[in-house]
Order: sequence, then structure tokens, then C-alpha cells
Amino acid sequence: MSGRDIVQLTCKEVVELITDYQLDVLETPARVTLEQHLFGCTWCMTYLKQVERSVELVAQLRQPAEAPSGDPGELQQKLAGVFRQRKPAK
Amino acid sequence: MGPKVTGDDDAVIAAIRGGDEAAFVAFAMAHQAMLLRLAKMWVKNPALAEEVVQETWLTMLESLEKYEGRSALRTWVCGILVNVARDRLRKEGRTVPVSALGDPDEPAVDPSRFSTSARPWEGHWEQPPNPFPDNPEAHLLTAELRARIEQAIAALPPAQREVIFLHDVEGFFAEDVGQILGVSSANERVLLHRARARIRATLERHYEGSRS
Repeated sequence: MSGRDIVQLTCKEVVELITDYQLDVLETPARVTLEQHLFGCTWCMTYLKQVERSVELVAQLRQPAEAPSGDPGELQQKLAGVFRQRKPAK
Repeated sequence: MGPKVTGDDDAVIAAIRGGDEAAFVAFAMAHQAMLLRLAKMWVKNPALAEEVVQETWLTMLESLEKYEGRSALRTWVCGILVNVARDRLRKEGRTVPVSALGDPDEPAVDPSRFSTSARPWEGHWEQPPNPFPDNPEAHLLTAELRARIEQAIAALPPAQREVIFLHDVEGFFAEDVGQILGVSSANERVLLHRARARIRATLERHYEGSRS
């Protein structure tokens, strides 16, 4: 195989492939090419780690900033009310 | 979470179809907070958001027969909520603008940070990223970071906001997100990519700002 067959990615291209890489939807050749770049390029690896950190922090938004307000008993009543209010299917 | 129906879903559905009020209430209580968070993406007013969730539950109960079990019950209910919320906006005369998707060609990183000199350097970093702090505290969402990130998510084009919220906050699988929002998985990935890139840039500004 000649050197011309080896596809080289630029850093600018790599950052656009990061999400597909994280979601594991890249076909094997593309993934291998990307990994070759990542493992040889500290800067792109840093970029990947930054995105990973962002995802990690965003996931923590799921925990509410403050304790949920409202009375669970009241909610229970409300939901039971919705159940009784439903019209039969069809 | 699960891409497909779980045994639990089957049991819950069977119970609710059979008229088991307690089974419905338990399921709804367990998902109320998530649906409220989701409703607030379209309807900011907390009382209205609560109404959207109520209407979602009622719609779910009245269309249970239509549930075919091709997606998890939770995914199906979220899809109902999205329709209820969008209907509500439409009735208020607020249609979703075309720009809601954001620019699909928007680069993940400011292009001026890459070299434009001739090969072999063209397209390679000229202003490379600095590693984020890596002490244990840096992995925790402080109040300050939370405010920053929430602000950045709120500023995203609506479709990007919906996707990052469902995928990265609520932890839905990509295929479920596509189903809930009614977008193809290819589009969904593009939207997630743009959204994640913007949040990364926000964090970078945050850390670069505190570096000096």
C-alpha cells in the first residue's frame, strides 16, 4: 500500500467527528483514522477530554439545584384525579 | 432507561389498562419531575408547564391502546409531552421558527483557531485548547458552573436545546431522542454535536477567564 492511501485528518476535521466518535457510529476505517490522529495529537486529545468533561457536567443538571417543592400527597391526589377523569379508549 | 420495552413496562401497561389507579399514580409520580423539566423547555411558566404535564398524562391514559411497545413507556410518554407542548405553543400563535434547528454548518470550533498556512499545517491547531483543571472538584457542578451551563443551554437554538437535554441531561439513547422529537438520527447527531460544541466553548471561556 502506498502512502497516498493513508487518509490524514486535519485537527479542524477531527473536532467535527468527535460526537460521532463518542456515539460510536463511525465506520471502522473512519474510527481507526480518527484514533490514529487522536493518539498522536495532544491538542485534539485535549479537545476530546474537554467535550467529555462538558458532557459529564451537563449530566449533573439532572440533579435539581434545590429540593423539589410541592407536597407529594397533593401530587398523588392530582394524578389520581387525572386517572378518574380519563375517557375510555376508542 | 432502556431502548426497548422492559418487563416492568409490560406489567405497568397491563395494570393501567386493567384500571389499576395505584399503578398509574406510582408510574406518574416516578416520572413527574422529568416531564416537568422537559415541559419547561417549551413553556417557561411553571403553572403552564404543570398543565402540559397533566394533559400529557391524560392523553397517555386515553391513548394507551395505541401503545405498541416499540419503545420504552417512558420514551413514549415523552413523545406525547413534546406534542402537547408544541400544540400549546401553536395555539398561542407561537410557531417554531425555521432557525430553530440552528445552522447545520456552524463549525464546532472558531475556524480562526486553525492554521491557514500551506500544508502540512493547514487545518491544524494554531490556538490549541488548554486542558481543563482536573482536580476532583473540577468534576463537580458548582452553583457557578450550573448557572453558566444553564444559560448556555437556554441560548441554544431550540432543536439543539431539546436534543442535548434529552440525550445528555435525561440520558435517553440517541434513537429514543430521535423518536421523541421526530427527527432522523442523522439530524439528531448533528444537533447534539453543535450543542455539545457550544457548551464546551462556554466552559473553555469559563476556565480561560479564571486562569488569568
